[in-house]
Parts: sequence; structure tokens; C-alpha cells
Amino acid sequence: MNASIKFYQTGTFTVGNRLLSPEQRSVQASLERSNAINSGHRACQGCGEALGARYAVDAAMRAVNGQLIAANATGCLEVFSTPYPETSWQLPWIHSLFGNAAAVGTGIAAALKVKGRQDVRVIAQGGDGGTTDIGFGCLSGMFERNDDVLYLCYDNEAYMNTGVQRSSATPHAARTNTTMPVGPEPGAPFGQGKKLPLIAMAHEIPYVATATVADLHDLENKVERAMSMHGARYLHVLVPCPLGWGADSADTIKLARLARETGIFPVLEAERGEVTAVSKIRRRIPVEEYLRLQKRFAHLFGKPGHPEMVAAIQAEADRNICRFKLLDKTEAV
Amino acid sequence: MRKQIEGSRAVAEAVALARPEVICAYPISPQTHIVEGLGELVKSGKIAPCEFVNVESEFAAMSVAIGASAAGARAYTATASQGLLFMAEAVYNASGLGLPIVMTLANRAIGAPINIWNDHSDSMSQRDCGWIQLFAAHNQEALDLHIQAFKLAEELSMPVMVCMDGFILTHAVEGIDMPTQDEVDAFLPPYEPRQVLDPAEPVSIGAMVGPEAFMEVRYLAHAKQTVALERIPEIAAEFCDRFGRNTGGLVRSYHCDDAETIVVALGSVIGTLRETVEELRRDGMKIGVLGISSFRPFPLAAVREVLQGAKRVVVLEKSFSVGLGGVVSTDVRLALEGAPVRGYTVVAGLGGRAITRASLASTLRDAVDEKLEPLTFMDLDWRIVNRQLEREAASRRSGPIAENLLRDVGSVASKVS
Amino acid sequence: MDKPFAITLDPGSSLANKTGSWRTMRPVYVDRLPPCNAQCPAGEDIQGWLYHAESGDYETAWRQLVRDNPFPAIMGRVCYHTCESVCNRGKLDEPVGINSVERFLGDEAITRGWRFEPPAADSGKRVLVVGAGPSGMSAAYHLRRLGHRVTVYEAGPLMGGMMRFGIPQYRLPRDVLDAEMQRIVDLGAEVRLNSKVKRIEEMMAEFDAAFLAVGAHIGKRAFIPAKDGSRILDAVSVLRSMEGEEKPMLGRRVVVYGGGNTAIDVARTARRLGATEAIIVYRRTREKMPAHDFEVEEALQEGVMVKWLSTIKQQGADGDAGALTIEKMELDEKGFPQPTGEFETLEADSLVLALGQDVDLSLLDGVPGLELKDGVVQVDPATMMAGRAGLFAGGDMVPAERNVTVAVGHGKKAARHIDAWLRGTRYAPPPKHELASFERLNTWYYSDAPKTMRPQLDLARRTGSFDEVQGGLTEDNALFEARRCLSCGNCFECDNCYGVCPDNAVIKLGPGQRFQFNYDYCKGCGICVAECPCGAIEMVAEEV
Repeated sequence: MNASIKFYQTGTFTVGNRLLSPEQRSVQASLERSNAINSGHRACQGCGEALGARYAVDAAMRAVNGQLIAANATGCLEVFSTPYPETSWQLPWIHSLFGNAAAVGTGIAAALKVKGRQDVRVIAQGGDGGTTDIGFGCLSGMFERNDDVLYLCYDNEAYMNTGVQRSSATPHAARTNTTMPVGPEPGAPFGQGKKLPLIAMAHEIPYVATATVADLHDLENKVERAMSMHGARYLHVLVPCPLGWGADSADTIKLARLARETGIFPVLEAERGEVTAVSKIRRRIPVEEYLRLQKRFAHLFGKPGHPEMVAAIQAEADRNICRFKLLDKTEAV
Repeated sequence: MRKQIEGSRAVAEAVALARPEVICAYPISPQTHIVEGLGELVKSGKIAPCEFVNVESEFAAMSVAIGASAAGARAYTATASQGLLFMAEAVYNASGLGLPIVMTLANRAIGAPINIWNDHSDSMSQRDCGWIQLFAAHNQEALDLHIQAFKLAEELSMPVMVCMDGFILTHAVEGIDMPTQDEVDAFLPPYEPRQVLDPAEPVSIGAMVGPEAFMEVRYLAHAKQTVALERIPEIAAEFCDRFGRNTGGLVRSYHCDDAETIVVALGSVIGTLRETVEELRRDGMKIGVLGISSFRPFPLAAVREVLQGAKRVVVLEKSFSVGLGGVVSTDVRLALEGAPVRGYTVVAGLGGRAITRASLASTLRDAVDEKLEPLTFMDLDWRIVNRQLEREAASRRSGPIAENLLRDVGSVASKVS
Repeated sequence: MDKPFAITLDPGSSLANKTGSWRTMRPVYVDRLPPCNAQCPAGEDIQGWLYHAESGDYETAWRQLVRDNPFPAIMGRVCYHTCESVCNRGKLDEPVGINSVERFLGDEAITRGWRFEPPAADSGKRVLVVGAGPSGMSAAYHLRRLGHRVTVYEAGPLMGGMMRFGIPQYRLPRDVLDAEMQRIVDLGAEVRLNSKVKRIEEMMAEFDAAFLAVGAHIGKRAFIPAKDGSRILDAVSVLRSMEGEEKPMLGRRVVVYGGGNTAIDVARTARRLGATEAIIVYRRTREKMPAHDFEVEEALQEGVMVKWLSTIKQQGADGDAGALTIEKMELDEKGFPQPTGEFETLEADSLVLALGQDVDLSLLDGVPGLELKDGVVQVDPATMMAGRAGLFAGGDMVPAERNVTVAVGHGKKAARHIDAWLRGTRYAPPPKHELASFERLNTWYYSDAPKTMRPQLDLARRTGSFDEVQGGLTEDNALFEARRCLSCGNCFECDNCYGVCPDNAVIKLGPGQRFQFNYDYCKGCGICVAECPCGAIEMVAEEV
């Protein structure tokens, strides 16, 4: 997905690259980026969601020449960006409810269509709770009708706004305040949870993709691709949460990178229900390296620890690697 | 144009004349015929441009309407009963955001036990949601109120619920006058939003408001409904001027000038009441009817104005607040604060129980004779109620109430014992 | 728009909320010293010139380079590029091919005829440089750029010193050497060839200062009992005579005694002169050999043979003038070679001794205050000034590693101190930044890119001619190679900090201007530090 800049050896993966022509550079490298979420928002230090949202919305803004409207679910993103009397948003934006962002997006798109404003495009966005749980019905409806909305899920794997409770996107074994690390099977139970990108694909909508805040170019390319299409589109962005994950605020991007490199979070693209591309793992690493940076998994490594749970998580990562062919060469899994 | 059509169809055609731009449809009886009609009108191109969105729930219906309205489109939906409850969160949200959505509520009971028939429990459940609630007494009024509702909603940036009795009105075929498109266009200007999602002038709608301003926001909503108290009769008057029909407004009274006894009611039962009152008047009873068209905002002054000269007021309600009594009665009594008027609450017609002229006449005679209880459940079958109460007293495992009652009245086979 | 109170807000109004007050640590931009720069004996700003080469601006790169070293084309051939052995990229895949890019720039400059910028205003001071080798010419160059009048006295007939008389043509073509020497003459340095300075003290009256860099041209001899008629030569003479009209007559079987780079050079030269056998006799093992491994490897490829763990005891044994008596050695536990008493005979038409060189210090006779030790002049290592005021020295004649790059570095350093001395001040080098260690890099951001190998002349032509063995990079390759630089410790404007800040608290100042933190909004999360590829940001505690 980065083929056009492979030639440049210094900083190919960096945000910018002075050696590239401006049109090939990332949106985030540009002085003219829209900064859809302005400074002064109240997200925690190192917030992955603030970052992911700016990446995605700025890219969408560039893709449609600023003609963009956003619907936002209740959640961290909404709360930290729009406490009266200040808002960080620089585009027309509406927050209605926790579970209806997709439907509000549908409404906006319908209005724009009626008014002949097809130049103005719509995104709807929310966290994993607002997307995979409470907003799932509206989201599925939006998909099924193929409404002209790009839905962006910023997945930080739990209800962070309310103080870190389990969602259907919470990973197995993770500690949250409703899946405490106590008892014989501490943390979030194995065998539960939703893989929303796959469910989205099952709707056979035009475009489904996953991305992380660790690979800006990939994320921007996917937003741009999504905005070049019409109909229902879904982009699921992994956004580490220092608070909820018990991680250093400086490690936000690193964690996202490790999530990809372990195979825990497969980064892929699908059109009409078929996977069309995957981001290959560049330097494969064991899941332990990822888990150890997060206090929500600390109980796996204490005394006596839970090596069997680490192994189970590794098995999940390995399964992803097999299933989505995340390795470039045939490497024993 | 004079037509003989079903109430739902009349409403659908009236909504069509209001040139809605986004219609959200989700089926629920007894509202379904309205969106079916609108679906056909959109699909056939008779409403254009318009997006007809088949949503996956009432929650989505209101949410899509919210998005559409915020983006500057005239948005409409219809629901009833459970549907209203399912969208309740979005109902509050629409009014909180000040979005002038118009919604038809085909009034229906709320379960359990599940019941598809008419009463006003659904409306009353959303009494405090911040919407304007207008009640239609008959199908012509239902039709007219929709046209007035868009004008009112958009003027005030406030959503309006037009309530019409399920089945009794929605499924009744009556003769109505259908206005022409030109007439409606002249009455109802295009939607000019107070706030709109527009890249040319970006705003953030739906901020999080803390203790420092929340009360003010709420007060402003109230102040706006106070303005509506003035605008509703003005719009009704303007409507009357243009269309020659006196529909809508705040209240409507019949024979109240000299009445010692006044019956207060909402919706289609007003028709039955008028006939009953005519009959009682023939017997020399000084009795009248006050129909409340605008339940929210509640026209305290107008109600007091009519009722304060009476000796007694009987509020006939198709809903009640379990554990207390009448819902509308409470509001009426507030209007009569300090006035020497005796008040009665008659709960009737719940879950579609027929409200007959005979029962009404009998009940009202009791009232005049000072024999009526302050809270009366009209035509309540005490026999089966008492039997169930006995069962419950006798056994902890007394079984499901609704099924027991049905068995008592012989609607289902008795359990083999 | 008549917006509803509180619910609807104006865009971007959160700027009123200065989140910088949350911070306990603040990020600051720093510059660190890249290992290559720290290592370069000539003090080149390697990272600096690679930066310009990366964007294809070769002339700017070259000009940046020659601020420190006027000989990129020579360096790109003969420098042993220790910079590459410390290059952080070596820990990632392979070091950046600094040397090959340097050569590309040097060759590009010759091809395109780039010239040095004219010197600054004439200082009126006269400086004598003795020796037109790498150190002397480097000093001459820097002194000229500083505005001083320079006269170079060279004993030999041509400029270049050991670069000409010690390094074979197949490693350093003479047209390249000439071009880079001439460029300094063109800058206004006066060079007097065939002008040996016999007594420096006598010359000092004519000059305000002097820099001595006469090199080490006297081949060391070893006592080897020899019969008359046996042919024993020294390596320096052999290599020097290669520059003359008459090539040395070495015969078909040539034995070279020694283990340094000079021994290799002579053996390879002998092969090119037609020797069927060129045999190096060295008393220790290949691992212990001081010659650079790549040169040994090239020599072996060319058919040079080496007798390891061997010393030469005698020439002319048993009346055979060409027979060498070799004693086998073995290493003791400390790694020193010890005789074994085992002998063998080796036939040789000539024996070339490559046992190191001495300095001819005779020109220093009568100079007061000088200290001579171990055959070299002692200088203040900080200034390169010898015991006599105004007299500086560098290159092979002072205590240091002897190679071209060190010598060039001496020339630069001496020139700066001479300049200061002439102005009555003392040159204070700018403080050095902290070293940019590998651990501070976030190497994720560098794409995998193996080093580009330079082409080599095919073997047949290598033994049959003095054509240059090592080729240069094409422009594409040079560009690729330059772009492998990690820019350790110094911002290269990759925009990462600007992009990764969740609070938009990094201000991009535009090309070449780098970035600035907006402390009004920076919450101090540290992501910019963690994600800076080159380690040019650090967190410091917020002042309370």
C-alpha cells in the first residue's frame, strides 16, 4: 500500500518525507491539514483516539475537499472534544446519542441527497462500545441499506469514558473494571467478543478495512479509498488507550504497532465481503512483548501468572496470521 | 377536495403535501398504513425529492430523522406504543437538540400485556420529553394538524408529535377535505433551519453541557413551549383563514358556557362525548365538553378560563399513572388551582376497551348526582378483578394475570383441573 | 446562524483551553552527534553532506563536505572509512556506504568542474607549509580559505606525497589525485615543487607561521644476513619508483616481508608488474595482520600468496643468492610470535621489505624547544603546535595513526589553530553534542534497505593492469545509499512529531526550519519522543 514511496529509504514509514512530492506526502505532514480536532481538547495524555480521529477525519477532509459532515456517538471522543462552551471540531459535527451515530449519519446522507448536495459527504464515528455494542443495530441497518456513510470505529477495546468496563471488543484475559483479574479465569472471558470488521464484511458492503494509529500512510490510504466510494463503508481503527490499558502515554503508537506485528490485530481491506489486501507483518514478535507493556494484562505475568492464557492469546494471534496470511513468506506458525 | 378515505391515508397525503424530504419508516400497528402510504407516494414520485428510509427500528427511525433534520431536511416519521418507547432516548434527544421533526403517534396501549389497541399510554409516557403534543379529535383534524405541525415545529425549532387514536382514527374511513398542493405551499414555507450541518459554516451540535448551563438550556425549552401557546392558536387561525376549517388550536369547548359539569378529554372520544352531552342536555343536564388539542404545551390559562365557572370537572382519560390515577387530571387540577371546582378522574378505554355512550351517560349522571368516586375505572369488570385478587391472596404461584383473566372471561380454555 | 444556546458551539473554540498546564514533563528538540561524524578523523560532517545528497543536491552536498575535507574523490578511494564501522545502520542491516557516496560526490565535482569558493578577505599573513601530501595540502586549503597566504614547499616533483608515492594507481588513479590537488592550487596556494626545506628555522623569518607535514618516507630496514648479489628493496622505494619513468625490476618471484597495507600494495603491484608469484611473509596470523581485511582479500583474489607465521632469517643460504631461509613461528599465549627452530627455504628473485617507515626529521635541526620522541615530533594534541611558537606539525611526522584521513584531519585542525594563533587568539572548538546512540533511535521507521555494493573490476584485468579496481556508484545507487542514512540524533524533518501529537502541539516551521513545540497545548505525553526515528527529542522535567 506504500509502493509509491518505497524507493525512499529514509523514513518511508514516517509521517512526512521531504523527498516526496507534496501530493505524495501524508495529510498529517501537510501544513494545510484541517486539524479536524483542534488543540485544547480534553483527551488524556497520549490518547490514541484523539490521534486516530484526527488522522481519519483529516484524511477524509482532504479526500472530499473539506465537504464533510460528521455524526459522533457518545463516548470519550465526544466528551473530550465538546464540553460546553468549547468544541475542538472544525467541521460540521453532531452528537446525538450513544447508540445511533450510524443512523444519524444515514439521516444526514439522506438529507444531502435530497438537497442535491452529493458533493458533501458523511462520516459517522464512535468508540468500540458505541459501535460493537449499543450502536450495533443502527450500524448493521446502515450497512444493510448501503447508506452513503463511512463509519469509523475507534477501537480502544473497552468503555473508557465510563471508567474502563468490558465491551464486546475487549480482548480475552484483559482486566477491566467489570472483568477483574480475580478468580480462576481472571480478566475478560475467553470465547466471547465480536469481530466487527468480519461482521461488517458479512454485510457485503462496498468497503471494510482495519487500520491502526501506528501506520498513518495505510490509514490515510484507506480513508481516501473509502471516500472514493459510495455506499456503506466501515473502517475499524485500533487506538490504544493509555489509561484503560495501563500503558505509558508515550507508548500509544508503539502498542498499536505491536498489535499488528504480533498478529493480534489483523490489518486488512475487503470489498463486497472479500478480503482484497492485508498488511503483512514486517517483524513478527510474540504476543508477550505486546501484553507486557499493558497493566491490564499484568495478572498474566505476576506470580504465579497465567502462562496458559498467554499461550491462548498467542494461539489467537497465530490463527489470525494463518487465516489472513499476515506473513510475507511461508513461515512456520 | 372531498374524499372518503382511511385516516392513515389521509395523514399520508397530508404529510405528502407538506413536502417532507426525509421519511423514516418502521412498521408498528396501528401506524403502519401511514408509512405504507408514504412509501408508495415516494416511490411513485408523487413526493419528490424525498428519501424514504426503511430503518431497522424506531430508535433508528428517530435517529435518522435527527440526522436529516440537523442537515436541514424536513423530516418525518410515525410510530406508536412500544415503538415510541423504543425510540424514547432519541425522542428526548430530538427536542433537546431543537430539531423540528414531525411525528405521527398512532396512540396505542403499552404492554405487557401486549396490546395493539388504542389508548393514550404511549403519549403520556413521553409527556415530559420536550416535544409539542397535539391531539386530533377526528381524521380531518389529524390531517390538518400535520400541516400545521410542520409550520409550528419549524418556526420554533422544536419537534411536534401529532397524536391520533390508533384504529379509531387511523383505520376509520371518513369523508375529509384534502387541500391542494398550492394551498399548502402558500401556508407552509420551505424549511429554514435555525442551525444546520453545513461545511460552509461548521458548527458542533450536541455539546456536553454541565451544571453551569444545563438548567438554562432546560428553561429555554420551556420558554419556547410558552411561545408555542401563543403560536398554536395563531397558526390555527391562519389555517382557518386559508382552508376554512377550524381545527387545531389549544382547546375546543362544547356547551361549556353555562355548564355546571364539564368533561375534559383528548382525542377521538370527544366525538362520542359530544353526542353523549347532547343527549344529557336534552334531559336538562347543564353539561359541556372541553377537548384539549394541545397537551404539550399544556394550556393552563385556556383550560382555567373554560372550567373555572363549572361546579365539577370530569377528566376522561385513556391513560393513567399506576399508583396515582389520572395523568391529564393532574394537569387540569393545576389549571384550576384555587377554583371551587370538584374534580373527578374517569379512566376509560384502556387497551381499546370500547367507550360507549351508554357507559358515559351513566358515569356522567353519577357525577352530577355526586355518586362518582374521585377515581373511577369505567366499565371495569370487578368480578374478574376480585377473582384474581382472591387467587393471589390464596396462592403465591397464582400464575400470569392476563391469561387468568382471559380464562375468567372465557376467551381461552380453562386449565384442566 | 442563530445557534441554540450551549448545545451548538462555534468551530475550534477549544483553543481557549490551554492544556499545556497538565504537563509535568516537556519535550525539547536536541541535536546529537552522529557516530560517523564523531569517528571521522578528518572531522567531516558526514550526516550533513549525506542530507543534501539524499535530495540529489550533490553540489551542496559536496560543498558541505569540503568545508572539512577538500579531497572527497581521494577519500572515496583510500579512506579506511571507520565511520562505516560505527554507523548505527550497521546494527540494523548494514552500514551506510558513506565512502562510496563520498567518492561519487568527489567524482561528480571533478566531472562538473566545481571549484572552491574564493577565500575570505586577505589576512596579510604568510604561512609556510612543508610537504604537499594530504596533511600539508589540507592545511594549505584551510589556511587559504581563512584568507592567509600559503606557500607549500614540496621536496618531490609532484604533489600528493604518500598518496602518490605510497598508494598504487589501481587504488587511486592519478588523474583523480591531480584534479583534487590542482583545485587547491587554483584556490591560490603557491606550491613549490622539488623544493626541499633543509632547515626550517632558517625559513621561519619569512613566514608568520609554519606547518610541517613531511611524511614518513624512509623505509625501515631489518637486519637480514645476505650474500652479495641478492636483491633487497624497500617497499616505499618500490612504490615511489612506480611513479617514475623506470618501473622497478622485481623479477618473477617476489617476496614481500611485512604485514601492513604497504606490504599488500607492493605484492599486488608486483603481480601487476608481471611477477608470477608474489609471496607475503608475515610472522603472525591473518587475524593479527594490521593490513585491512578487504585489501588482504583483494590481494588473495589476485593470486598473492601469504606465508603466515614466518620470518626471514637469511638470504642467500647455501650460496644461492635467491634463496631465503624462513623460520616457522608460533603464537604464544599472549599472541606474540615465537620462533620454533623449524626452517625452510623460499626462492625469490627479489625481497621487498615492508616493515614500516621513518620520518626524515633533519629539517628540524636547530629548532629550539622541540621534543622529538620515537622518531616523530611531539605536538600539543589540542593545537598541533610543536615546542617552538608558530611551528605546527601533522600527518605521519607526529604521534598518530598513519593514514591519509588522519593526515587530512591534522591539516584542518592545525589550520584552525594557526589561524587563531596568527590572530593572537586561541581556537575553541564548538562543544560537542552528546553521542547519538543506537538505543535512542526508533528504527521502525527506516525501511529495510541493504547496502549497495560498488562494482569491482574483473579479476583478469586487475592482475594485468593498473586500472582502478573499485568502481564508483551510479547516481541512482549513490542516491539510494545516501538515503539509507538514519540521520542519527538530528532532525531530518520527517514530520513524525508533527503527525503523532494527539494535541496538535507541534508547529511545523517549513522546509529547513524544523519544528517547534506549542507548550500552550502540549500535555507532555512523550509520543513524539518515542516516535522520533532519529532520537532528536528528549523529555525534561517541567520547571515547577
